[in-house]
Amino acid sequence: MSSETSIDFRGIISGARNDGEYNKIVQVIPYAQLIGMELFDMSTLAGKLQPIFLMPKNDHNIGNPTLPAIHGGVVGGFMETSAALHLLMTMETQAVPKIIDFSLDYLRAGRHTDTYTSCQVWRQGKRVANVAINAWQTDPDQPIATARAHFLLVQD
Amino acid sequence: MSENLTVKAGRFVSVLPHCRLLNMSVDHAEGQSVIMRLPYSEAIIGNPENGVIAGGSITTLMDTACGTAAFVGLPGNELCPTLDLRVDYFKSAQPGKDLVAKADIIRITNSVVFTRAEVYQEHGDEKDVVATCAGNFMRIGMQINGRPV
Repeated sequence: MSSETSIDFRGIISGARNDGEYNKIVQVIPYAQLIGMELFDMSTLAGKLQPIFLMPKNDHNIGNPTLPAIHGGVVGGFMETSAALHLLMTMETQAVPKIIDFSLDYLRAGRHTDTYTSCQVWRQGKRVANVAINAWQTDPDQPIATARAHFLLVQD
Repeated sequence: MSENLTVKAGRFVSVLPHCRLLNMSVDHAEGQSVIMRLPYSEAIIGNPENGVIAGGSITTLMDTACGTAAFVGLPGNELCPTLDLRVDYFKSAQPGKDLVAKADIIRITNSVVFTRAEVYQEHGDEKDVVATCAGNFMRIGMQINGRPV
């Protein structure tokens, strides 16, 4: 990638933080676009930004065509990307955090319908952040999957 | 015999719409082991600054490879949904190169299939491991056509 691209990317991030158009950050990540991710809601909870991400129903994300159900890997990819974007939207850094590890528990089949995620940063040190991610469809209290990830916070 | 399992694995993966979207394919399947490939593409980039692909596409490769290993390692056409995945990312995947996953069944019990997978990139004869994963799959007593085993 050219250095021109990197200037654009950081400009988009700081621009989105300034004007509150956080969906611009989602739109600049090709993988997020591939699975159809978007920012569904951005609220402020106890002084902290709390994004909710949406992955709309999409035929290309199906894993099991018989049920039909969303590919488990896509649910995982959506959750990982949500956690990285949550950090990118709420932290100072302008570089995409690098995932170190990821533990994902599937609780229910992901039906062929809209899916949502929200994240909670349990601990953010200088180098590592611990993030919990829940994914749900109709009821946030009935998650289809729950996950935990560690990210390396890349220094600018 | 091993050729039949490669065909069985290839047929299983070919009907999964998201795997078709990512152009994932089966290189080889034999015994309780599967080798799958995910070609590099700009559509799966997770970091637009350096072209490194998203961890999510590697998760999809590993989930599919482990699930396919469970599918070919069990008799018949038994379908086993993923119970959980535990992934370690050792390093960023090098842009422009395919990712290869080798998945193995570690143990089959009445209820669970335990698998492991390693994802690597090939540099000549050298294997550069970028991620590993442990995936467990539930035996729910159903075939892929929705009928009981």
